[in-house]
Amino acid sequence: MRPRQRLWLFAIAVAGLAACYAWAFAGLPGFGRYPGPYGQVILKDAVAQTNATGVVSAVNFYYRGFDTVGEEFILFTAAAGMSVVLRRLRGETEQSPVQPPVEAARGRDLPQTSSAIRVAALLLTGPTAVIGWWLATHAQTNPSGGFQGGVVLATAFMLVYLAGESLTFRRLRPVALLDVAEAMGAGGFAAVGLAAIAQGLPYLYDFLPLGKVPGAVTSSGTIALISFLVGIEVAAAFVLIVGELLDQTLLVGQRTAGGGPSGEAG
Amino acid sequence: MAIVPFLVVAWIVAVGLYGIVTSRDLIHQVVCLIVVQSSTYVLLLGVGYVTGGVAPYFFDISVHAKAVDPVVQALALTDVVVEAAVTALLMSLAVQAHKRFGTLDPHELAEFKG
Repeated sequence: MRPRQRLWLFAIAVAGLAACYAWAFAGLPGFGRYPGPYGQVILKDAVAQTNATGVVSAVNFYYRGFDTVGEEFILFTAAAGMSVVLRRLRGETEQSPVQPPVEAARGRDLPQTSSAIRVAALLLTGPTAVIGWWLATHAQTNPSGGFQGGVVLATAFMLVYLAGESLTFRRLRPVALLDVAEAMGAGGFAAVGLAAIAQGLPYLYDFLPLGKVPGAVTSSGTIALISFLVGIEVAAAFVLIVGELLDQTLLVGQRTAGGGPSGEAG
Repeated sequence: MAIVPFLVVAWIVAVGLYGIVTSRDLIHQVVCLIVVQSSTYVLLLGVGYVTGGVAPYFFDISVHAKAVDPVVQALALTDVVVEAAVTALLMSLAVQAHKRFGTLDPHELAEFKG
């Protein structure tokens, strides 16, 4: 299909989509007047039922915990799929039909990481790890949780890389251990749900003590536990993902350098 | 003015779709897909907004305070992280396409087989 034909087809499809949009939006209640009863029911009972003051976390890890298990496994599958896609490629690089432009890259020096970036990144590593950890363990209290905390925690590892310490980053990134951590996070979430079933309760029912003070770190039972497990899984998944992509740059760099013997990307 | 958030949603979808259709680069195409997807966050949060409502966190306010809908916020929250991971997967597919065929142009890639 030629680009012009493609644009015409797109124009027709968009006209239809625009009509559907206009129709759907005409039926929506005005901005700020949401009539959905589900959220209001949860808002009325959530704090009393779960002792979690972060109602979004309560929705994520309790009321709609089953949804979140699904989301969790999308993340897990994406990370796993990525390492599969890139791993198969490694075997194929030798017989790749296209050679990178070696000549253009020859004779270029790798720029050194500036000391300002090194110092700033290394100074930020510790606080970032602490903030990530804090976010992952405070889902029941405030707008935080495993998803946010996990990403911030992974950022701490990226900062080590950004500081130019790519060898340290490799040591901090034992792939086998990260794989185990990711699987434990994802599997642990599902297992907490099954533990409730084992006691004759519904899947993902909050069977742990809820604590006395709403919003305390020790409150909300399984909501806090699941959030922590999600944090572990997300952090491991993102370190794996970024590590895989960085390996790719090393692979290309190695080949443009004429297959140097550093053996890093093997 | 009540319609403005929904116009913003439609605009983000349209811009992203136009980018996907006219794109000549797989990485650019993936970024356009993220733009389309981010419209769902605006839609979800726009739909769940309640005039005068606070964020649904009751750590230091009364549990009876009027708050916005927490369900749509939970949906948007999980999706942000999952989207980032799926984007990484798509990027790795683009990396592989470039290594195999030496191009990131979808029009040229369409001519290859396998």
